[in-house]
Amino acid sequence: MKKTLALMLSLMMLIGLLSGCVSTRDESTSDGDSTSGDSSAQQTSGGVVNVYNWGEYIDESVLEDFEEATGITVNYQMYDSNETMYAKIAGGGADYDVVIPSDYMIARMIEEDMLEPLNFDNIPNFADIDPALLNPAYDPENLYSVPYMWGLMGVIYNTTMVDEADIGSWDLMWNEKYAGDILTYDNSRDAIGIALKLLGYSYNTTDEAQIKEAVDLLIEQKPLIQAYVMDQIFDKMQGGNAAIGSYYYGDFLTMQEVNPDLAFYIPEEGANIYVDAMCILKDAKNKENAEAFINYMCSTEAGLKNCEAICYSTPLMSVREELDPEVSGDIYAYPDESVMAKCESYAGLPQETLDLYDSEWTRLKSTSVD
Amino acid sequence: MKKNGVVSRLLLAVMFLFLYAPIFVLIIFSFNDSKSTAVWNGFTLNWYVELFQNRAVMSALRTTLLVSVLATAIATVAGTAAAIGFYSMRRRSRTACLAVNNIPLTNADVITGVSMMLLFVFVGQGLSAFSNWLNGLQWVEDANLWFDFSFSLGFGTLLIAHITFDIPYVILSVLPKLRQLDPNLAEAAQDLGATRFVAFWKVVLPELMPGIVNGMLIAFTMSIDDFVISYFTAGSQVSTLSMVVYSMVRRQISPEIKALSTLMFVAVLILLVIINLRQARQESAAARRRHAAARQP
Amino acid sequence: MRNKYVAFPYVGWMALFVVAPLIVVVVYALTTRDGSLTLDNFSSMLQYAPVFGRSFFLALLATAICILLGYPMAYYLSRERGWLRRMATMLIMLPMWMNFLLRTYSWVFLLERNGLFNSLLESFGLPKVNIIDTSGAVVLGMVYNFLPFMVLPIYSVIEKIDYRVIEAAQDLGANSAQVFRRVIFPLSLPGVLSGITMVFIPSVSTFVISRLLGGGKELLLGDLIEMQFLGSAYNPHLGSAISLVMMVIVLVCMGIMNRFGEGEEEAMLL
Repeated sequence: MKKTLALMLSLMMLIGLLSGCVSTRDESTSDGDSTSGDSSAQQTSGGVVNVYNWGEYIDESVLEDFEEATGITVNYQMYDSNETMYAKIAGGGADYDVVIPSDYMIARMIEEDMLEPLNFDNIPNFADIDPALLNPAYDPENLYSVPYMWGLMGVIYNTTMVDEADIGSWDLMWNEKYAGDILTYDNSRDAIGIALKLLGYSYNTTDEAQIKEAVDLLIEQKPLIQAYVMDQIFDKMQGGNAAIGSYYYGDFLTMQEVNPDLAFYIPEEGANIYVDAMCILKDAKNKENAEAFINYMCSTEAGLKNCEAICYSTPLMSVREELDPEVSGDIYAYPDESVMAKCESYAGLPQETLDLYDSEWTRLKSTSVD
Repeated sequence: MKKNGVVSRLLLAVMFLFLYAPIFVLIIFSFNDSKSTAVWNGFTLNWYVELFQNRAVMSALRTTLLVSVLATAIATVAGTAAAIGFYSMRRRSRTACLAVNNIPLTNADVITGVSMMLLFVFVGQGLSAFSNWLNGLQWVEDANLWFDFSFSLGFGTLLIAHITFDIPYVILSVLPKLRQLDPNLAEAAQDLGATRFVAFWKVVLPELMPGIVNGMLIAFTMSIDDFVISYFTAGSQVSTLSMVVYSMVRRQISPEIKALSTLMFVAVLILLVIINLRQARQESAAARRRHAAARQP
Repeated sequence: MRNKYVAFPYVGWMALFVVAPLIVVVVYALTTRDGSLTLDNFSSMLQYAPVFGRSFFLALLATAICILLGYPMAYYLSRERGWLRRMATMLIMLPMWMNFLLRTYSWVFLLERNGLFNSLLESFGLPKVNIIDTSGAVVLGMVYNFLPFMVLPIYSVIEKIDYRVIEAAQDLGANSAQVFRRVIFPLSLPGVLSGITMVFIPSVSTFVISRLLGGGKELLLGDLIEMQFLGSAYNPHLGSAISLVMMVIVLVCMGIMNRFGEGEEEAMLL
């Protein structure tokens, strides 16, 4: 009797697991094609959109506005770098609809067939995007992405701790005077990119020797580094806990509001200009909701709120017109030709270079400083 | 044994200061009228109000409590049953089972989390391929059936992971009680006419109770405090409180979280104080009874 | 009351969710991205020897400090009586109910360059110290987080020592140092051993503490593994291989240690 009981218990568990997996097929999927049906079966299921965005990259009240306007519930989660976002999605453990990667990551994700082409009929606000940002190198036919924000990266320093004579170049981040007071990026592309620029190479080099040389330079820099950070830089720079750090200009403006001693410059060797754009993941379960979300984020109202909250440069022309002239005239926020000439954007890299980045990054991080 | 002197009491006090200093800092700064932790801007209760309006935090709190309670309940029942089963096995198979049971305990959290994530993803992809294959079959089409076995990481996998690391704690705290159990007790009950079930329910279970409760408490504590395993197995749809905190500590900790942990801390503190007081009262009552009984002629 | 069949569902559960995941890890460790068999993931392991070395060193250091702090604490606690002792044991468990990440993070505001600790030093006219973002801070975080796991098992073992044994030793002329060295300490050893397991394993594999308090400079094994799965250098195959190697080393260490003290698994519990 015990045996049958145990057997029955296990069977019941199994049936419980399997029930709900079987249903009658509806007409749209009865064509018998085994590959076409998997997303359409659930497409109409409803009122959710799963959004995966950078941390500190939205005015959260916009999400509520969107929910009120459309009745779609937003499940909002955050990542701290393109690489962690990629890992989470590539690992197969995630189920997001909208992601907002940077240019080079979009190129990689298109290459690896991770993104779904957008239906621009559902995104009428796309017309408001600055034409200069259309058909970019990372998405040449503009099939997969809608720009969200863009900007420059550069060096942030605390004027009370750093000598004005030392600034101007990336080599400030290698200056031994400030040992223990320097912060750098905790992601491979940005961190290695700085060293590549200091050496006079392109961000997008695929030359193994150049990349290794850059990482050697970073290993040299490691004893001077206080910490490898992403958004932790806010607390550190605002509180005067570090003197020098490299980060994005929009975030610098946010930090400066708290700590007016902070200043920003674009190093003479040049820096990165980036675009973060909204994309929909392959086989997203809520594609139409995702498109509604993207469309809403491109509205003047949402764009303005976001722009004021995070201080990044907006791709929306109508928003730019409404901005305070002091902001829209800011040379680093909306750079002119002379600044642009110094900037280079990241391009997608071939697979072997990406592998090299990963292994070189692991080499840098696992090197001991003492 | 000797009582503690001043020096050892002082040492204890210093150790407790070490354990509680960061907690006090959190509590104090939950009343700070500024987002920053660097400066004190004046007293406010604002964060406590905002806490209840912060959707991300509240839903994470719900998920955390739900997964901990469910996992603890399931693990307590399953673990007790498993402990009885292990105890009844022959020595060889018991040793083998206990060895496997010890794996989640002695393995690093990272490995448990990572390995379960890999398994879930692997099975999820396998099942989705399998249902695609099934749906392509002629007879399935004729029967107008639609299979969808695919699943992705979410509350279900989170719960499975929590149950898996909770059960071993329950088993290890029930087993010693089973060893102390007098096997004649249950037999006596059955001789007196109880069915096996009644004998178990009325006689054996009460004897095991302290071990079960202990295991349950440990399991619950482990579930509530877990971050690493949840981080790898919860996927994208649900977040536990720890995961929300983790995504925050990499940016700026929001003061609402400090308010929430202050509330949780106070709640647990009150609960434990009440339990303690009751125990103390029971003990002194028992002592009084003994005293009174001793005075009886 | 014997009935081995009630364990069968759990045996099935273990096969599915304890054994099978480890098999998947082994499979991942032995394959490449495109699915072919390889040993490269293991042969590149030598490169990470410094990380292994550092992790084990810091974890051992943290474990040793935990014994040094936790043993006297448990010992003195067990000598307290009444409400004080009950309250104290409760206070050791209480922090576990507060979020572990938050507790760790609040060390950041305590130890930051312009943090509370340094402001305190400054107000006494003392120079500031740099603690945050060093290996020292990582060890501090480990000790802080895992100290209760050392205190509780030792305490529960000492508390159960039969007082008559101690009296007997005293009657036979042992002074208090001798009583401690020859009687109490040997009897409390099972507690110490399980305390070591419960402190060492989470310390050697943590990635949260080193991330929060170490500034991401001193990579530990946990960081290295997390980095390959959800972090900045995606390579689950390498991550699986590192996990396996770490697991084997840790299991061997624990096996040797438990052979030493014929480890009692129940002592692990509170």
